[in-house]
Amino acid sequence: MKKDKYLKIDSSDINTPFAMDRREFLKSLGGGIIIVFSIGELSVLGGGILTKVQESSDLNAYLRVKEDGRIDCYTGKIEMGQGVITSLAQVLADELEVSLDQVDMVMGDTELCPYDAGTWGSLTTRFFDPILRAAAAEARAVLIELAAEHLKISKKQLEASEGVIYDTKNRKNQVTYAQLTKGKKILKPLSEKPPVKTPSEFKIIGKPELKADALAKVTGEAKYAGDIRLPGMLYAKILRPPAHGARLISLDASALENIEGIEVVREKDFFAVLHKSPEIAGEAINKVKAEYEVPEPKANDETIFKHLLSVASESNLVEEGGNLKEGRELSDITVEEEYLDGYVAHAPIETHTATAKFEGDKITMWVSTQTPFGTRQAISETLNMPLQNVHIKQNFLGGGFGSKNYNQQAIEAARITKLSGKPVQLVWTRGEEFFYDMFRPAAVVKINSGITNSGKITLWDYGVYFAGARGSQLFYDIPHNRTMAYGSAEGAHPFGTGAWRAPANNTNTFARESQIDIMAWKAGVDPFEFRLNNMKDERMIRVLKAAAKKFGWPPVKLPGGKGYGIACGVDAGSYVAQIAEVEVDKETGQVQVKRVVCAQDMGQVVNPQGAILQIEGCITMGLGYALTEDVKFNWGEVKTRNFNTYEITRFSWTPKIDTVLIDAQDSPPQGGGEPPIICVGGVIANAIFDATRARLFQLPMTPERILAAIHKG
Amino acid sequence: MTETIQFELNGKPMEMSLDSERTLLWVLRSDLGLTGTKYGCGASHCGACIILVNMKTVRSCMYPVWYIKGKKVITIEGLSKNGDLHPLQKAFIKHDALQCGFCTPGMIMNAYGLLHHNPQPTVREIIQGMDQNLCRCGSYNRIIDAIQTAAKEMKGGRQI
Repeated sequence: MKKDKYLKIDSSDINTPFAMDRREFLKSLGGGIIIVFSIGELSVLGGGILTKVQESSDLNAYLRVKEDGRIDCYTGKIEMGQGVITSLAQVLADELEVSLDQVDMVMGDTELCPYDAGTWGSLTTRFFDPILRAAAAEARAVLIELAAEHLKISKKQLEASEGVIYDTKNRKNQVTYAQLTKGKKILKPLSEKPPVKTPSEFKIIGKPELKADALAKVTGEAKYAGDIRLPGMLYAKILRPPAHGARLISLDASALENIEGIEVVREKDFFAVLHKSPEIAGEAINKVKAEYEVPEPKANDETIFKHLLSVASESNLVEEGGNLKEGRELSDITVEEEYLDGYVAHAPIETHTATAKFEGDKITMWVSTQTPFGTRQAISETLNMPLQNVHIKQNFLGGGFGSKNYNQQAIEAARITKLSGKPVQLVWTRGEEFFYDMFRPAAVVKINSGITNSGKITLWDYGVYFAGARGSQLFYDIPHNRTMAYGSAEGAHPFGTGAWRAPANNTNTFARESQIDIMAWKAGVDPFEFRLNNMKDERMIRVLKAAAKKFGWPPVKLPGGKGYGIACGVDAGSYVAQIAEVEVDKETGQVQVKRVVCAQDMGQVVNPQGAILQIEGCITMGLGYALTEDVKFNWGEVKTRNFNTYEITRFSWTPKIDTVLIDAQDSPPQGGGEPPIICVGGVIANAIFDATRARLFQLPMTPERILAAIHKG
Repeated sequence: MTETIQFELNGKPMEMSLDSERTLLWVLRSDLGLTGTKYGCGASHCGACIILVNMKTVRSCMYPVWYIKGKKVITIEGLSKNGDLHPLQKAFIKHDALQCGFCTPGMIMNAYGLLHHNPQPTVREIIQGMDQNLCRCGSYNRIIDAIQTAAKEMKGGRQI
């Protein structure tokens, strides 16, 4: 398992590893028009993310007009609740001039869909939408050309609407997409792009749409990887070590002999049992006696920060400007603080799951994965099989949040099905899910900042350790600044760490926005005014003002335990400002977040309804990392193994949430699945300070830590 | 320990011969193929596995299958009648009260049990009744709205 991915994680927003592979997926297709479009088309977007993309001429995605006139949209993206099953269909339908319900989404199937690096980084709408729109525009252009031939009318006289092309001078003179495509197959690379629609021409993009997959999900019919049932399928359970890094010394499986129907597979230290009843397999694995040698603990959840600082050996300059020495001299007040953030689990309600079967020399798998193509690659390497003999099939995901970028369970299921020769399903227990989760890394942020007596920020010396750099870039206007990201090579963390919804940015935004708040209070300036006084970025100013207007800032402060906080940040190209109202019980340290207002500028919004759902979801989920979520461990021994000791947000904690989407339909679409979560830690910390005058420097802000901060005064 | 047990499943009589100590959730999911009921935590913390047994909500991951002997079991698959969605299912769609959908069957079944015993719950009562159901995507506020909408619709006389 690779550890210390901090350098990869922090760049996941800006430097995407679009490693392409070559596939001949067109061979398998039947009739209809096929529009092929290449990732090279992305070059029109510009920006650093495309450097690698431009080098590749491999095909990226396609759509298909079927003989019955319905449209298949093939995408390597997956649906995990973020709603792209709806928004991608909107984009395609609008540009192709069909109705939304004519579109069938085929997602994440490695034989049907073009290569995709993975569904993460809030990239789908930013980078896949333009490709899909261009392809749909091309498809429409091709269809109109065909219609011109068919109707013997100049194409200039033709228009398309709802899957029908008609003569603008005589609407009865028309032909449907279905009639045009019947029996034909056209392969047409996109060499020249026909124009896509301008925002004023949109009919479906920008309109709120309910979730397209809701019906399947409220009836229980939606299929997740663990809902696949195959003839003769057995359920697998794997022998697990007590701690990461533990080495198997002895194994006694004699107790299994009395269990009817049990099967065993073993390959070196990899030991699994199989049974047709999942819980009998689970009971059986618990009867296996195994001894392990556990490595000496180097740190636990309390001492980890000291450990991390002691092993930080690599540094990267994120950005700098001016001169820190000069900044220090210009500062009337300096603030030097250290912020801590513990390990956080993804905890999707669906645990990592894989179902696998062999047919001849070919393996077919249903996997709860955000990276079907990466999983295919991993299976191919593990089993030493050609890529084309590995098929990852489509299914819904029961939440991802970054956890399912990593697919150990798929490799395990593939090995077991190969060893046993039986179709196999592997559903990780909740305990396994916590143990093998690639946690958001524990991190430290050190900030030394300075302001003048008039409240101008003059100095910003920022160092983030182990979180990653995403979200550490300054949008405040500070003349003398330096931002560094620190980490180390392998072995700093006791277990795997990885990308957790808006990687690094939650930690960086918590630290930065807390520090800004401290300086505002020291300067005696309202924290909203203080922010405006120290920034020039028009988009950030706009979202801050929009949030303040919606919230009613400044709030009328009444005696009692209530407090109000502000935080803002940038993630995945979107600008976010949040204002929170909290109530703190000073006797118990309990926090109730009463209301959160979120304003977001995410550029063009494809599905405003879906965007609002993501904002609400991010704020709700974010309360957990802000207030309670903290993985307990003694080095490689993960003590947090279920929801009774890992408290995620509940109904009773959820605040009233108000959202404002900035109207920016003329600017390119930006990320939506992650940005609204970045402010939650900072906005609550700042509101707690307003309520109690107690400053929290560590996430999560548990009642114990809040009480300690109150008593510290 | 194989035993024959009889029960009613989604309105139909059932008879099964099996080890009656086996876990209800896994019998539903694997033996009966009713995969709408989900495994989330295996320890009754999350509510993804909730079904109704004699109109009481049951966390099926914690119950042996003998518990349903002679009883009426309803799972998410049994909620719609003759193709008509239950008001709760309609309200979840209308309010977009789900994202990944994995907790949704447990949410709907728990709400179903809640409304059976308290047809017109206050928001506070809904929160109390639903608070042991976890949703990682953060649909809680919309679920509350959906349950209120369903309660209003069901006031018209439809029995659950």
